[in-house]
Amino acid sequence: MTEVLIQLAYLFAAFLFITALRALGRPDSARRGMQLAAFGMGIAIMATLFQARIISYQWIVVGTAVGTVAGYPLGMWVPMTAMPQRIALSHAFGALAATLVGIGEYIIGCSGGTLVRSTVAALGLEVLFGGVTVTGSLMAFGKLQGILTGRPWTFRGQNAINALLFAACCCSFIWLIAFPAQVGVFSVMVVLAVLLGILFVLPIGGADMPVVVSLLNSYAGLAAVATGFAIDNNILIIVGALDGLSGLILSIAMSKAMNRSFANVLFGAFGSTVTDGPAVTVAGGEMSSTTVEDAALRLAYAERVIMVPGYGLAVSQAQHQMRELGDLIEKRGGDVRYAIHPVAGRMPGHMNVLLAEAGVPYDKLIDMDEINDRFVETDVAIVVGANDVINPAAHTNPTSPIFGMPILKVEDAKSVLVLKRGKGKGFSGVENDLFVDPKTSMLFGDARQSLLDLGLHVKEA
Amino acid sequence: MPSTTVIQLFVFMLAGFVGVQTINRIPPLLHTPLMAATNAISGISLVASLVLAGSGEGVLATVLGTIAVACAMANIVGGFLITDRMLSMFRRTRTAVTDNSNSGASSAGTSS
Repeated sequence: MTEVLIQLAYLFAAFLFITALRALGRPDSARRGMQLAAFGMGIAIMATLFQARIISYQWIVVGTAVGTVAGYPLGMWVPMTAMPQRIALSHAFGALAATLVGIGEYIIGCSGGTLVRSTVAALGLEVLFGGVTVTGSLMAFGKLQGILTGRPWTFRGQNAINALLFAACCCSFIWLIAFPAQVGVFSVMVVLAVLLGILFVLPIGGADMPVVVSLLNSYAGLAAVATGFAIDNNILIIVGALDGLSGLILSIAMSKAMNRSFANVLFGAFGSTVTDGPAVTVAGGEMSSTTVEDAALRLAYAERVIMVPGYGLAVSQAQHQMRELGDLIEKRGGDVRYAIHPVAGRMPGHMNVLLAEAGVPYDKLIDMDEINDRFVETDVAIVVGANDVINPAAHTNPTSPIFGMPILKVEDAKSVLVLKRGKGKGFSGVENDLFVDPKTSMLFGDARQSLLDLGLHVKEA
Repeated sequence: MPSTTVIQLFVFMLAGFVGVQTINRIPPLLHTPLMAATNAISGISLVASLVLAGSGEGVLATVLGTIAVACAMANIVGGFLITDRMLSMFRRTRTAVTDNSNSGASSAGTSS
């Protein structure tokens, strides 16, 4: 009887989780939906405590207490700019939990002699996905946090070694299904998975981490699915499937926005080969720089303005200054929108969060596909800290390494104002023709200071 | 293959379809909260960790289970808190944009 009630509680929790994801489809319903999901989580946990297999609560209390103490700062103290590494870290946690459960259940099954082939298969997949995700996520965390170098680490025969490791993982997995009770093979498999996680992220550069983090999200989900199969628990299967697919969908979307195939991100080690790429400028010509006073005057009398924030904006922590400038232009009667490229931040949707935090209302944050048609009727487009995502070479120059990449059509605007630190190139090292276009004026200097100065002069104009 | 496994495969497949339908409807605007949310929800693996930690089947299993409980719990607590924190930042345009004192106060607060 208790067992049935527990399963019904899981069913209800699963319903609330799916409802929460549906609520995430709209910003005004999202928050309430997630609160319901948290409620569902509470119900599922409470119900589990009545499980017949649980005979002592002392270690459960210890683990829960430690987890809560560790989780609170991860929820409340982490700044929004550090979101990508924070997400990577929690993938590592989730995958570690799955891996440890897999190992534990295997040991119990082994000593009890109750191992069935299908259970071993599920446990094997669980520790494989889990192991790769634990170390892979920790590597991603290290690269994003700056503990490890963001540059890709490559060595000769790297892909061959990775392939060999992967094959060894598969072999030990198949071996285990044939002979389930071999603790030695199981241990080897765990070690191989953990190694594979390190080696798989090693050659991937810091700028490609968003794709990796999304993909590891997917693996963590699959590890949860395998757990569900191993211990006959449907809610784990459902949640794992949702998690796995969400990660997969996001990583495909991110690689598309970066103009890279999935395989190229994972095995290409892009950053190491950039130096010999074609650095030919097609148009050539001089950048024309402008003064704060002139630029501010133009902004003050513009009717339609689009802000184009890039990652450089987040680096110089100038989101608030951008929003203040936007508010001042709006106060003078101009219409201000914010154009968000999918890879403007360091993870999917990151720039939206950073600007929302600075107080930009979400109905002013417009996705690339929706805003691209608006540039034609825009008086001034202000580019801050963006380069590759606005480079018209993506449409016009077939020899450019970024050719085919979806970009914000800033070049359609009536005039363009580019705030830039210096005359350097973007992360892909490609020249940008937009900067030498006659309708573009460059305002060199620190983005934060420039935005502040522009605001002051717009107010006075 | 036991029949429960087959039923579980059905559950997996159907959940997969629901997942694709649901997640494709989520706008890029909310993709970061989505990742934080799936992180929090995937903390449901806590239910497996709880059973392992409390089943009293040997020291090793208990230790592994306890660590797993701590990890999953950290994801649940941290995940739901940060998702809520993020979603609370997404606000619509205020209707009274012309309210000078209000916007002046907020900009002074944020620039400090």
